[in-house]
Amino acid sequence: MHGSETMKRQPLYGLLAEFHSAEELLEATKHTYGAGYRRLDAFSPFPIEGLADAIGFPRTRLPVLVFLGGLFGCCGGFFLQYWPNVIGYPVNIGGKPYDSWPAFIPITFEMTILCAVLTTTFGMLALNGLPSPYHPTFNVPRFAQASKDRFFLLIMAEDTKFDSEQTRQFLTELNPREVSEVES
Amino acid sequence: MAPTDPENVATVVSPGSEVLGPGHTYGSVTDKISSIVLTRGTGKKYRAGLALAIVLLLVLNYAITILMAVGVGVFGINIPVGWGFAIVNFVWWIGIGHAGTLISAFLLLMRQKWRTSINRFAEAMTLFAVACAGMFPLLHMGRPWLGYWLFPYPDTMGVWPQFRSPLVWDVFAVSTYATTSLLFWYVGLLPDLATLRDRATKKVKQIIYGVLALGWRGSARHWKRYETAGLLLAGLATPLVVSVHTVVSFDFTAAIVPGWHSTIFPPYFVAGAIYSGFAMVIALAIPLREYYGLEDFVTIRHLDNMGKIMLATGLIVAYSYIMETFMAFYSGNPYDRFMIMNRMTGPYAVLYWVLIAVNLVIPQLLWLSRIRRNPLWLWFLSFSVQAGMWLERFMIVVTSLHRDYIPSSWGMYYPTRWDWMVFIGSIGLFFTLFYLFIRFLPMISIFEMRELVHKTAEESAP
Repeated sequence: MHGSETMKRQPLYGLLAEFHSAEELLEATKHTYGAGYRRLDAFSPFPIEGLADAIGFPRTRLPVLVFLGGLFGCCGGFFLQYWPNVIGYPVNIGGKPYDSWPAFIPITFEMTILCAVLTTTFGMLALNGLPSPYHPTFNVPRFAQASKDRFFLLIMAEDTKFDSEQTRQFLTELNPREVSEVES
Repeated sequence: MAPTDPENVATVVSPGSEVLGPGHTYGSVTDKISSIVLTRGTGKKYRAGLALAIVLLLVLNYAITILMAVGVGVFGINIPVGWGFAIVNFVWWIGIGHAGTLISAFLLLMRQKWRTSINRFAEAMTLFAVACAGMFPLLHMGRPWLGYWLFPYPDTMGVWPQFRSPLVWDVFAVSTYATTSLLFWYVGLLPDLATLRDRATKKVKQIIYGVLALGWRGSARHWKRYETAGLLLAGLATPLVVSVHTVVSFDFTAAIVPGWHSTIFPPYFVAGAIYSGFAMVIALAIPLREYYGLEDFVTIRHLDNMGKIMLATGLIVAYSYIMETFMAFYSGNPYDRFMIMNRMTGPYAVLYWVLIAVNLVIPQLLWLSRIRRNPLWLWFLSFSVQAGMWLERFMIVVTSLHRDYIPSSWGMYYPTRWDWMVFIGSIGLFFTLFYLFIRFLPMISIFEMRELVHKTAEESAP
């Protein structure tokens, strides 16, 4: 099989290179990014420091979302107590103030945490695109090792620099254990 | 391209450290932990333990049925002691849960490596303890079928819960705590569920773990967001833990009876919760490491550290006892003074002194490194502490209620068999859930152990 012009059984999603160690993967990724490839992903059985930067993904929006979620919980929790006690069904108990904000603090605090936690969990899952029932990398049988003790680098076919032969040659020069084709 | 080099080239071998046995690789930690779930199956001892737990669970079911059918009068509660075992058990179980979150969340923020091998089952312990605790507010109600009135829903009568009451604060605090624990635990499990999915050989297991793993593939982008989420959850869970037991202590402090209306309760309860929680983690960790051969992962160093935390929180609890007693006399308040004298010399005096022995005196053995590093001794001490903390809750609830301001209102509280059956039965629920957990899910966090192997190898690299 050669060249993207010829007919293929399945369109090519990308090329996957397998490495033995985290350091090898990190080096290879930096090298690949340095060579101008941008549509990259790297896979490991545990988080590796600096790897997300190396593929060109420095920042996540999650903390901002969580802050907004917490803010929503805080205001919502307070309003939940404020409205019934001040507007909906105020009850005069010995002339005590209706908007007794010190007494509203515990529930407001708990609602802040609850909403922030829900945002963190579901925000992280949503941003990661999970649940994701199918991904082309799982078509490579060796990829199952990514959840045990092997490290993978993927260059996607949609990358502007991608060429079936040249990219394969480039990856081989990085000294991986194996380079596999990933079918879509 | 054919493989050109042998499988184990450049595989990282950990030289070992105080918190990890030597000679482990990413593969060996994965194999060790996942094999317990996927290939080991169950032995005689496991099945016997699970059977006993299920028997106690059935006892719980029976007792709850009778309770619902006959009413809350089957318990020993009366006037003046309107709160008995149900509340004692509620506070005890919630307290036990707090250590799991502390280990998962707080020790993560403090970057303590020794949390790695214990945080998964400790967090599971929290989840199950909160499940047990959560039953009791419903069970202790006179009209449990109206329990939903505690939740703020817009109803046809236009009435709302009393948001200024600690009992309603409890509803929010415990609900938030249960949700947070569940989500924190599940998020932590995701990469390990992917490991199990990839290692499972039977189709059924592949599908179940595959669905639960949500398609996790270890992408660097995903890990980045995942780690951020983990730190955020830890940062949120830590103040939550403090707030939940504080709100539980407010159940007492907002009342006016002597011995309850005290500002020392929030820190006293939180420290006590961590005390009993670590005792439960130790009580679980020691048989687990023995039975499943996990001494390389849960090392003597772990036991030592947990023993130290138990000692520290035990000292805070001891300080609280001393301050309560001191302030009772120093305040000059005759009712507070009587409350303390009643605890020490009244009808429940035997329980009080057993409490002091078991909660204060015996745990001082933890000062000795020999004791902390000895699994058997530490295990017995953990039971002493748990019994002590249960007795402490009993003391707080019952002695303050049974003799408060006016002698004509004084009474006694004696637990009935239904009190005991619900209590022992709740222990059955806890252990049933825990046994199922260790059978079907990895009891140690696999990916974090791999990280530990990596870090240990990095640190000792020349």
